[in-house]
Amino acid sequence: MNLLSALLSSTVTMAVPLLLAALGELLAERAGVINVGLEGMMLTGAFAAMVTTYFSGSPLLGVLAGVMAGIVLAALFGYTAVQRNANQVVAGVAVNLLAVGLTGVGYRAVFGVTGAALTVNSLKVLPLPLLAQIPIVGSGLFSQTIVGYVAFALVPACAFLIGQTVPGLELRMAGENPHAATAQGVPVARVRLMALLACGALAGLAGADLAVVYARTFVEGMSAGRGFIALAIVIFGRWSPWGILLAALLFGLATALQFHFQALALAIPYQFLLMLPYGVTLIALAISAGRTRAPAALGQPYLHE
Amino acid sequence: MKDLVLRAVPSIAALAAATAVSAVVIAAAGANPAHAFAALLDGAFGSADSLSETLVKTCPLLLCGLAVALAFQTGMWNIGAEGQLLMGALAAAFAGSRLPLPGALGIPTVMAAAALSGAAWGALAGTLKLRRDVNEVISTIMLNFIALGIVSYLVQGPLMEIGGRYPQTDAVLTGLRLPRLIPSLRVHAGLPVALVACGLLYAMLYYTVVGYEMRAAGLNPIAARLAGIPVARRMFGAIVLSGALAGLAGAIEVMGITFRLYERFSPGYGFTAIAVGLLGRLTPVGVLLAALFFGALEAGSNAMQRDAGVSAVLVSVIQATVVIFLVAAEHGRWLPSRPSTAEEALQ
Repeated sequence: MNLLSALLSSTVTMAVPLLLAALGELLAERAGVINVGLEGMMLTGAFAAMVTTYFSGSPLLGVLAGVMAGIVLAALFGYTAVQRNANQVVAGVAVNLLAVGLTGVGYRAVFGVTGAALTVNSLKVLPLPLLAQIPIVGSGLFSQTIVGYVAFALVPACAFLIGQTVPGLELRMAGENPHAATAQGVPVARVRLMALLACGALAGLAGADLAVVYARTFVEGMSAGRGFIALAIVIFGRWSPWGILLAALLFGLATALQFHFQALALAIPYQFLLMLPYGVTLIALAISAGRTRAPAALGQPYLHE
Repeated sequence: MKDLVLRAVPSIAALAAATAVSAVVIAAAGANPAHAFAALLDGAFGSADSLSETLVKTCPLLLCGLAVALAFQTGMWNIGAEGQLLMGALAAAFAGSRLPLPGALGIPTVMAAAALSGAAWGALAGTLKLRRDVNEVISTIMLNFIALGIVSYLVQGPLMEIGGRYPQTDAVLTGLRLPRLIPSLRVHAGLPVALVACGLLYAMLYYTVVGYEMRAAGLNPIAARLAGIPVARRMFGAIVLSGALAGLAGAIEVMGITFRLYERFSPGYGFTAIAVGLLGRLTPVGVLLAALFFGALEAGSNAMQRDAGVSAVLVSVIQATVVIFLVAAEHGRWLPSRPSTAEEALQ
């Protein structure tokens, strides 16, 4: 039972950054922009959060810095891909390269070559009264940091925003048929930019969670493909917030299983668990062919005159 | 000629922008930009040894850059050169350490095996796109990670060196290693191989019907289809050939430099190749120049890290600036503006 509780707890821990980044990507993609630069935005968010926490001593300030860093990169991406109509995939790849370079150079400049043992203060864990006492699930689900609660609260919030509000409708119009949206008076470019900034903020928050809550340090390349897993989660979750929640938990479990390997006595090489999210997504995509629910205008630059 | 010069203008402007941005980053990191650039140049061109290292890095970048250029020109957004390179390297390391063949027969055989392996990885993405309408950007990204996982598993498990302690494959047999061009330097016979590939691709793209049809499919799939061009088949052919080129890059790296496959085998050649392809304007000649440039950066950046204390990953900033500048400056006009869907290609 102890093992189950521990497994659940690490599943949720691993799922939080995935969920945050995937919800950000969801907003961008529903607006018609595929943001391959998610990975870079997470990495930069992680770096900014760690450095800020290290020097200010305040993890909360660090998290804010992570969010800001994500927004800055998203603005650059938005300028390139939306304002200048550049190919979104290429612009996203460039953002990832930029993030690797900036954080690598920055880390070396700030902490020197030896910085491995640096740890920063983490956010406080806020157990919910009573709920956190529930056996097995309590400690995993109801003892989160503020970032964890925000991540889960964002699921219904995004569902409401996209499905029930006017900005959400505009978002979907920009993603499904930007020309018709323009005819209806929807400022497509602005909607897409806003969605991207929100995406950057969430990706930055996801990175901050990795650095300040999970690892309590920064390691070069620490996002380790999570941005791409989040990309997969959006597809696997069929572009819906609730689907994304399930997918994030599933892929979080796949990651968490690695840590409990010996206890579980699983005879699968850990690399197979690492590959699982990517393989599952490919298979899901191949099976759902012909009835994919991707936004119709996803990836199309909208040429505004 | 004038046209050629004009076409190079954005690339040169992008390089200037990248130099400026990286100078700012270096200064912000507390180092002297002039000092850092001098160290970089010295590390790339300062001696016979550094020139040789520049050419060594140019080889995989050239082949992967050609892979990217071919795929992008045909409208296939192959982000998977990295995975295709790894699958090629895997085949080369496997065959190269086991095939008891004389070099003249064995070396081409191992290269062919690697090209086939990379091509198969590309074909997987191609099939998923054309048969199942799976966006190749997503599938190639996923396939990169799957290739990485396969390599990680094999070098720690079934293919780990016999009796060895390190997570790496057995060494390539001496007879199957690529000969060095100059005995004292690391630059090897992979360079002429890559150059020949560059020439052949140029000839195919611009002097054959198939090449013309591939380019037409990328420029406007609908018009190409109406003109009777088998668009889907050309796109499939392009991503398969693209995978083969990337696989070949993996082979020459294994057979000429590392002689073994291990987990962190590629420093991201397949991703740098995207910048190489774009900077080279997706043409084989341009890619050759861009590969030389990025090869020099890769070789020089280590010297820069050693002598000027600026992390070698600064190269990534330069690559990113080049790409962002190029795509933003031109509204992406010289690129097919978006991935065409399988539906368009098949109808």
